[in-house]
Amino acid sequence: MSGPGLVLRKLTLAIDDHVLLRNFELAIAPGRIVTVMGPSGCGKSSLLAAITGVLEPAFRFSGDILINGRTISQLPPERRRVGILFQDDLLFPHLSVGDNLAFAIPPDRRGVVRRTLVQDALADAQLGGLADRDPASLSGGQRARISLMRTLLSQPEALLLDEPFNKLDAVLRQQFRSFVFERAGRLGIPTLLVTHDREDAPAGEPILVWPDPGPGQIDVR
Amino acid sequence: MNIRNSIRTMTPIADTSCIRCPPSARLVGCVLTLGIALLGFCPTAGWAADWSATEARANGQTVYWDMWGGDAQVNAYAAWAAAAVRTRYGVDVHIVKLADAAEAVAQVLAEKSAGRIQDGKIDVIWLNGENFAAMKRNTLLWGPFVAALPNASLVDTQGKATTEVDFTVPTEGYEAPWGMAQFVVMYDSKLLPSPPRSILALAAWVQQHPGRFTYPAPPDFIGLTFLKQALLVLSAAPERFQRPVDESDFAVATAPLWRFLDAINPYLWRSGRAFPVNGPAQRQLLADAEIDLALTFNPADASNGIASGLLPETVRIFVPDGHSIGNTHFLAIPYDSSVKEGAQVLINFLLSPEAQLRKQDPKIWGDPTVLDLAKLSPDDRARFERIYRGVATLTPADIGTPLPEPHPSWVVAIEREWQRRYGSGVRR
Amino acid sequence: MICWFPRLTAFLIVAPILMGFVGTLLPAFGYLPAIGGTTLTLAPWGALFATPGLDAAMFLSLWIGTATTLFTFTLVIFFSASWSGTRLGGAITRFLSPLVSVPPVAMAAGIAFLLGPSGWIFRALSPWATGFTAPPDFLLPQDRWGFSMIGGLMVKEVPFLFLMTLAAVGQEETKRAFQVGRSLGYGRMIAWIKIVLPAIYPQIRWPLYALLAYSASVVDVAMILGPTTPPPLSALVTRWFFDPDLSLRFVAAAAALLQSILVLSLILVWYAGERMVALFAGAWLRRGGRGAGGAIAAALAAGGMMAAIAVAVFGAGAMILWSVSTTWRFPNLTPTKLTLGNWAAGGAMLGNAIANTVLVAGASTSIALLLAIGLLEHAARRGGASSRGLAFFIYLPLLVPQIGFLFGIQMLLIRLGFDGTWVALLWTHLLYVLPYVILALAGPYRRLDPRYAQIALSLGASQARALWRIKLPILLRPVLVAAALGFSVSAGQYLPTLFAGAGRISTLITESVGLATSGDRRLLGVATVWQLVLPLLAFTIAAFIPAIVFRHRRALRPL
Repeated sequence: MSGPGLVLRKLTLAIDDHVLLRNFELAIAPGRIVTVMGPSGCGKSSLLAAITGVLEPAFRFSGDILINGRTISQLPPERRRVGILFQDDLLFPHLSVGDNLAFAIPPDRRGVVRRTLVQDALADAQLGGLADRDPASLSGGQRARISLMRTLLSQPEALLLDEPFNKLDAVLRQQFRSFVFERAGRLGIPTLLVTHDREDAPAGEPILVWPDPGPGQIDVR
Repeated sequence: MNIRNSIRTMTPIADTSCIRCPPSARLVGCVLTLGIALLGFCPTAGWAADWSATEARANGQTVYWDMWGGDAQVNAYAAWAAAAVRTRYGVDVHIVKLADAAEAVAQVLAEKSAGRIQDGKIDVIWLNGENFAAMKRNTLLWGPFVAALPNASLVDTQGKATTEVDFTVPTEGYEAPWGMAQFVVMYDSKLLPSPPRSILALAAWVQQHPGRFTYPAPPDFIGLTFLKQALLVLSAAPERFQRPVDESDFAVATAPLWRFLDAINPYLWRSGRAFPVNGPAQRQLLADAEIDLALTFNPADASNGIASGLLPETVRIFVPDGHSIGNTHFLAIPYDSSVKEGAQVLINFLLSPEAQLRKQDPKIWGDPTVLDLAKLSPDDRARFERIYRGVATLTPADIGTPLPEPHPSWVVAIEREWQRRYGSGVRR
Repeated sequence: MICWFPRLTAFLIVAPILMGFVGTLLPAFGYLPAIGGTTLTLAPWGALFATPGLDAAMFLSLWIGTATTLFTFTLVIFFSASWSGTRLGGAITRFLSPLVSVPPVAMAAGIAFLLGPSGWIFRALSPWATGFTAPPDFLLPQDRWGFSMIGGLMVKEVPFLFLMTLAAVGQEETKRAFQVGRSLGYGRMIAWIKIVLPAIYPQIRWPLYALLAYSASVVDVAMILGPTTPPPLSALVTRWFFDPDLSLRFVAAAAALLQSILVLSLILVWYAGERMVALFAGAWLRRGGRGAGGAIAAALAAGGMMAAIAVAVFGAGAMILWSVSTTWRFPNLTPTKLTLGNWAAGGAMLGNAIANTVLVAGASTSIALLLAIGLLEHAARRGGASSRGLAFFIYLPLLVPQIGFLFGIQMLLIRLGFDGTWVALLWTHLLYVLPYVILALAGPYRRLDPRYAQIALSLGASQARALWRIKLPILLRPVLVAAALGFSVSAGQYLPTLFAGAGRISTLITESVGLATSGDRRLLGVATVWQLVLPLLAFTIAAFIPAIVFRHRRALRPL
């Protein structure tokens, strides 16, 4: 069970004596989107934290996480290349829209290239010309799109979505949902969505109800 | 000694004094400094070589001068002296202001207890009485050094015996006299045309005017001096206090003092439950009209206060009992100072006629000189005699012969007994 | 690297306190070779307990510590209970906050003039109301029971405790619980006391202990406002340490230990009191009484708060007037002659002290800020697990009476040849600056959404880059406020400056204490105004920098 995409192998996650997941297995091929559903507080966010590498020390965790055959579970968060979107856009409030985007671009891109990348990302999100704006002056939908573009600019090899549509109203929610799925699919990024709302899941993709602590196994390659 | 040398040295002297003097006094000032500068270059030969070596070594040294810093005028004077010594001798003088000279004693003691033999934090201390006695006893002072100072020869050791005997303890050259002090009383002549002029009259007056008199709480030196004045005046045998205190007759010898204090204590300001911490604090009470009499060790204090707007123009002073305790305050060098040359240069400058004249001017400080006017040049003498004393300063004739200080051991014993009786809150 | 911060800080804080205690302990049992103490003996304790008035001095320390803490606590609790969330409460909060930064000595100097028989209050009433043409002979401010000292301490400590309470109450669950309480038919005050207070008490417990320790052992304020015959124990100890009679040094060391024991017992008694209240309060809470209106208590609390503000404002105003007056005699309400000459004289006299104050405060605050950020970042990366460790750093220096170990530190510094050096001065200031910087920064740091840093990491930024480019810029305002608080704390340190500066390095506060106890009120006015201006300036800068930097960032501007 290795190869391209995001692979979780024999993942066990526990806090104190409470086991959240035991020997959990999951594989997501590039461009595919797997939805994990479960009630709030079940540990979905902790699973994502384990993948991004920011799990609090109180949790115990074992198993392997691989991206495109590369084991990342021992890497520090900044070298995992796992992008994440939360239900809040979390644009850095002290930076302009353009600087928020530029912050995400890997340092090996320099000068004009960086600026072009920022311009392109803004144009792609139909927000051209807003580079110098204060994030706080943007609408919720605009902020959400910037947030996604920021994540994509960091060239992630996997994308995690932590109820990212939750705070948007019904119309925006539909728009942003397809915006996200379309780009994740186009860029061929394996995507893991956690939500408590079945409506969020993309059509035709697998939905996994939050597994009991017992072993779950899903392969969507 | 050659002309070129003296010219080079004179220049900065003339500079500083001309800048600082008001225009009207500028000419006088320049003439004056010229005279002093010339005087400075006609000393006798004996120590000249040694002293110039000292001055040479002093150049570039940094001297810390620890002194009681509770009086703005004294501080301003010290700052002037420090600046003068810096420009003239290249000695960098830093003034360290203390709430009590005893803090400096504590510091040197702490250094000694830590085994330090050099690089002490204090190079010059302003002190007298019990602080000197304590430092001398614990060998915390360096010396004898006074005889080596050129200007020490100008000190009036005959007429002012206290310049060599500090509270009955012989100074033996371990501290250099700096200024004279005389215990006097200030009062507002508008509010109190005829103040009680003796300790006995004071006792009766205090009882008739409750809350209008107090004295600084020991260990403040003015408060202690008040106690000593009463001790000497009320005692049938004041000569007893020239010898050290003795357990066996302490009670008997001091009984009149405690009778006096017991009698006035309930009628003091704040019913004797609080005391001002020092002289300036008491002077502020006089300025606030909370009390009618204030004590001071500086006969020019009242003129000073009037000039600066602190005290009403009607404040005057008198010498209690016709003659009061007088003493001398000194400058000493701790054993572990690493810049003893710089310290000596500073002290020698403070003993110069120029510095002493300025110090005696009531507009500046008003602290009487330790020098013998007869040993000065006629011009210098004339300058001392010309000092404007202010409306509320007495002439030396009014002040009379000072009472000698008791042995310092009495101070410690009296302070302890005072604390027990009036400072501890135990009502009897 | 970040994992070294707790260890480094522990060393910086614990080492001097521990060694200082040893340096005090030995002389307390007669060991101080320099003045002939070479054997261990109980003699200093004998001499100490034979001191007339010792019992009164001890009583004063205990009484002033207890009364200040109890009154402050009561006032803050009743005010918070009856006025939090109201318009009046908001207004008072805005006035109260700046008072935290005022050095206690500056406050005490102003209060001494307000309360004194020749002070402003009596001048305002004389002679038309009181008939006094000369100041009356009342024992104020240094009254025997220390009420003026308690009042002076309260003006300073009420704002501090109030802001600590406000920070604790700010948490969402507490607010919701309070609203639920109100909906169950509890009045504002009773709901606050029964629901909010038990929830927040654990968070204000340590500030209360610190307040208890401080007010039972403070020296500078006691020298200005406290009783003098005898003074509280701490002032007596200081007096003995600087007495020319060197044998008193042993007694002073013993008394310094006694002071520490007193403070420790006070805290233990307070703790026992807490447990007792907890024991009986349960039944009281279960009984479900809705309480009477509490209108009188509410009015008193508001009055108390406004009085504290008024005293501070008028005290500062009086000092400003004194700083420009030539002559100002009783019963004149304002000076008869004004001058700027005092400022020139004060500038010449205080210039060095002002520069030193700024240097020491600036340097110690910078170090403290660095350590505090290191500690908080360490705690944040460890998942908040070491918040107990943080509390240790915050409260150890605040719970130990300064006089208990500063003498020992001085001995140590001298032995190392460090006394009177900037290193020594900065180090001792750091002991007191660091706790307040952590205290001010911990809340905002903890409240900062951890997902900002997680996002930054997931975007490929290193931990350091996430800290410097994301977290600290977002926290710029609280970081600067913490710095301003640290600055003002340093500017208010009297004993540490006195001991570690060895007199060579004088700051505004050492000059001010000298001036406050010895007279010239005009120069004291100048020094006090400087003492007020410096922290004010620091807080102003702390407010302006974010306002300018973030002028185009709505989310980071104050509401």
